[in-house]
Amino acid sequence: MSNLQGKVALITGAARGQGAAEARLFAERGAKVVITDVLDQEGKQVAADIGDAALYIHLDVTDENSWAAAVKETVAHFGKLNVLVNNAGIVQVKALVDTSVADYMKVIEINQLGVFLGMRSVAGAMKEAGSGSIINISSIDGLIGMSGGSAYCASKFAVRGMTKVAAMELGPDNIRVNSIHPGGIHTPMITQAGMDESVMTDIFSKVPLGRVGQPEEMATLAAYLASDDSSYSTGSEFIADGGLTSGFSLEH
Amino acid sequence: MGSLDGKVALITGAARGQGAAEARLFVERGAKVMMTDVLDDEGAQVAAQIGDNAAYMHLDVTSEQGWKDVVAATVAKFGKLNVLINNAGIITPAQEVHETSLEDYRKVIDINQIGVFLGMREVVEPMKKASGGSIINISSIDGLTGMYGASAYCASKFAVRGMTKVAALELGKYGIRVNSLHPGGVKTKILDDINLSEEEAEEAFKASPLGRIGKSEEMATLAAYLASDDASYSTGSEFVADGGLTAGFSLEG
Repeated sequence: MSNLQGKVALITGAARGQGAAEARLFAERGAKVVITDVLDQEGKQVAADIGDAALYIHLDVTDENSWAAAVKETVAHFGKLNVLVNNAGIVQVKALVDTSVADYMKVIEINQLGVFLGMRSVAGAMKEAGSGSIINISSIDGLIGMSGGSAYCASKFAVRGMTKVAAMELGPDNIRVNSIHPGGIHTPMITQAGMDESVMTDIFSKVPLGRVGQPEEMATLAAYLASDDSSYSTGSEFIADGGLTSGFSLEH
Repeated sequence: MGSLDGKVALITGAARGQGAAEARLFVERGAKVMMTDVLDDEGAQVAAQIGDNAAYMHLDVTSEQGWKDVVAATVAKFGKLNVLINNAGIITPAQEVHETSLEDYRKVIDINQIGVFLGMREVVEPMKKASGGSIINISSIDGLTGMYGASAYCASKFAVRGMTKVAALELGKYGIRVNSLHPGGVKTKILDDINLSEEEAEEAFKASPLGRIGKSEEMATLAAYLASDDASYSTGSEFVADGGLTAGFSLEG
């Protein structure tokens, strides 16, 4: 009955947060999921909770050989690969003038080169499967600026741009490529950005929907893009930000 | 079991094309649907085919009173109203801006733009009573980029995209989400209005990344996503289904 029957999805950064929520929802809706991360203990636990429909594989998204191995193992275990969620990412909040090249490159390596390698590594397997859907997790920081986010915004804008190029190049093979742009989402990344719960609640109470988003609300959007319901969408941005980027108000 | 259980949707321009496809899919997924159009025979027939979970009512989207009557009738018949699809729209044959009469321009703006404005305004009260809702405004890729010979059409579709964001800002506090849907080339009757034959339309969209024209049903599935609680954190945004047409341009042959 579910709309992800017959899909085999590889999800990066799936040990917790949005990636874990996606893995759970995808399996619930009929998909087989490969959970990848560098946090092996947590990742294995998520896979074990889901059961036979899930498999955990260690994957550092910056490592070309690991990508090739993960794709190969996915196809060997589940027979094919037709969905990739490039979800793994890190955040860094640092003023431009204080950002070293090493700081900058760390974010670019994981958030941007990781997505590049992921898209490149799955194209062959998806061609063999006859079709596919690549879902790149960008951010609202791929649409607008964020103070202190020179590396993060650069990486997320880059993901948005590469998504469109990949959509053009892979469309003839019936591989769709879209980006998701979450706003403020209640995940461990918020703490990495230096926000505690009360600051977070306060900041996101000002968005039109008046609250922070939940990982499950990004998972439903990813599920839509992974499913055949989105068969005519490719090369576009899909935003779930509670209205944060819809404009500004002179009221209040 | 469907993702639209408990939803009551009002769909304009539902006698044919995307609107009719939306009505069919929505009922299939558990919603009750009030279909409206100015093409009464076709609209009533589609509603009859769908069955008891669909009804048809005449609505000229430019009529303020017409909107009030339809909203009241929807709530009376189905008990509430929590989804609106502002789908009705027209396109006129290509006309360069210096050849476009004020009358031609206003006709497009009246239906495509004022119709959406009135629709959003009239459903707010019932949606507040329903503790929330989802408004889906059908814009176009011509609300994202220009189209030669379509000054009125593009103006109206950009306006819909802009109004969507304002409405999202204003109505978020009531749990009402407002988003715009941007179809690319879709095989519907609207192509006749710009004098494009089926073969010409197929040919025109071969060069897009997915290499084909879209189907009404593929817009209906996107509208269904936005109408459902799966889209609970999305408001004020553009949702594009254009086969990659607006993704960029290629220097390859």
